[in-house]
Amino acid sequence: MNFTDLVFYFFSAMLVLAGLGVIGSRNPVHSALFLVLSFFSCSALWLLLQAEFLAIVLVLVYVGAVMVLFLFVVMMLNINLAQMRQGFVRYLPLGVLVALVMVVQMVWIVGPVGPDVFGGEQLNQAVQHAPDHSNTSELGKVLYTDYVFAFEVAAIILLVAIVAAIALTMRRREMTKYQTPGKQVQVRKSDRLRVVKMDAETSK
Amino acid sequence: MIDSIINVSVDLWNWFPPGWQTFLEILGKIILIVLPLMIAVAYTTYAERKIISYIQVRIGPNRVGPRGWLQPIADAVKLMFKEIVLPTNANRFLFLFAPILSIGPALAAWAVIPFDRGMVLTDLDAGLLYILALTSIGVYGVIIAGWASNSKYAMMGALRSAAQIVAYEIAMGFALVGVLMASGSLNIGMIVEGQSGGLSSWFIWPLLPLFLVYFISGVAETNRAPFDVAEGESEIVAGFHVEYSGMAFAVFFLAEYANIILIAALTAIMFLGGWLSPFEGLAFAQGTWLAETSMLWFFAKTALFIFCFLWFRATFPRYRYDQIMRLGWKVFIPVTIVWLFVEAVMVVAEIGPWAA
Repeated sequence: MNFTDLVFYFFSAMLVLAGLGVIGSRNPVHSALFLVLSFFSCSALWLLLQAEFLAIVLVLVYVGAVMVLFLFVVMMLNINLAQMRQGFVRYLPLGVLVALVMVVQMVWIVGPVGPDVFGGEQLNQAVQHAPDHSNTSELGKVLYTDYVFAFEVAAIILLVAIVAAIALTMRRREMTKYQTPGKQVQVRKSDRLRVVKMDAETSK
Repeated sequence: MIDSIINVSVDLWNWFPPGWQTFLEILGKIILIVLPLMIAVAYTTYAERKIISYIQVRIGPNRVGPRGWLQPIADAVKLMFKEIVLPTNANRFLFLFAPILSIGPALAAWAVIPFDRGMVLTDLDAGLLYILALTSIGVYGVIIAGWASNSKYAMMGALRSAAQIVAYEIAMGFALVGVLMASGSLNIGMIVEGQSGGLSSWFIWPLLPLFLVYFISGVAETNRAPFDVAEGESEIVAGFHVEYSGMAFAVFFLAEYANIILIAALTAIMFLGGWLSPFEGLAFAQGTWLAETSMLWFFAKTALFIFCFLWFRATFPRYRYDQIMRLGWKVFIPVTIVWLFVEAVMVVAEIGPWAA
């Protein structure tokens, strides 16, 4: 077992443990933090596969933005833990069934049966690149040439989603008071200040 | 005598297997970066107190050592010997883990910062992305600290900080998109090389609005005045670190100043040509050290921006929270998007630095 394998097994074990932590921990905030840890381990695994762009973007988008907002919401909620765990036994068989099906599927693809069904020569063809190979520019070239249509469609869908999210939450409330900074800045001294001339008071 | 010492050390070095040699080399480089950085952080706190004092016509710390130069050391020793108080019902592990989460990314980001041509720990191809990813992680320290403290003030500070950092990160990212459009590379060394040719070819000129957005967002990202509502002494005591004492508090403090230095260094690299000399190609500087590229230029530019951080703190009153949000979402993000379009037009029309 060489060093790369050791790193792989370390981060894989971490990923599995963090995944168990997400569903197993009693506190929702801990669950969210375990999810962050699993994203990190996943990104380390991608780095091992020489996909540094994807790895860094995973951290940037999911850890840096999505999970921050997630934590934000989870911390604000006052979750009743007892109520949340009530259905655990009832839903357990269904969950186990789904998990089993997924495991069987993955074993089927990766395991001994897979190569015959899905084309064994496809599986071991990861090209080894020199350390100075730029994964990022390679990805960019493909995204903006061969897949430019799909890429633009995805971008437009995201844009629509942003606009929709803003439109859904934007409503004018009657009671809120707020200033318009543009008007505040334009205020002139002559509009509100009146200098009154009067004699100084003198004691008699 | 000296020869024998050198021989022994060479023998000792060769005695290590090659894998260990690489490991030790990297470890040595990390120490060479982190140790001076920690000293710089300590003396940034001293510089802050002195500069703000002079701006406010005071003298500042002048008791410990000549002209107060040992003040940061005294502060560090004091903080090390103070007790770390754990609040009741605080989440013990997360409470102590939060400061580490806060300083870790601030130090790790220095792995891709080049000090001079080729003088960088990792010449990462996606260096800019790496920086963006790491600066976005720093917020976890603040959020977790606020939550684990089991204190309402700390919670308020954490929530404010989270919302603020998420908002300003977008503007910061967009500003950096402008930089990589100008340089055509995500590699930080290449970004600096793209600005060679003296003062006039730095990215600050074609990207002036992005530069302003980036630096101001940087101030907001580090939770510094005038955007320091996360600590807001007059409203929520000390914000997210209100429950922290001793070394745990000191680590937050270190992280804040390490972040300041990081943002200053990044601004110097992205917009002021990093290690490049401003007098490159000028007649009077020809052949002297003034025209040479060197680490000194990088440090001078970084110091300039650090000074700006301290200057802002002494000058501006704190922003109100809704105004911070307005500035981030409704002013900075539109400005960056508009300027990205302007830049695209300039690239296509080959104006400015893109002239063929």
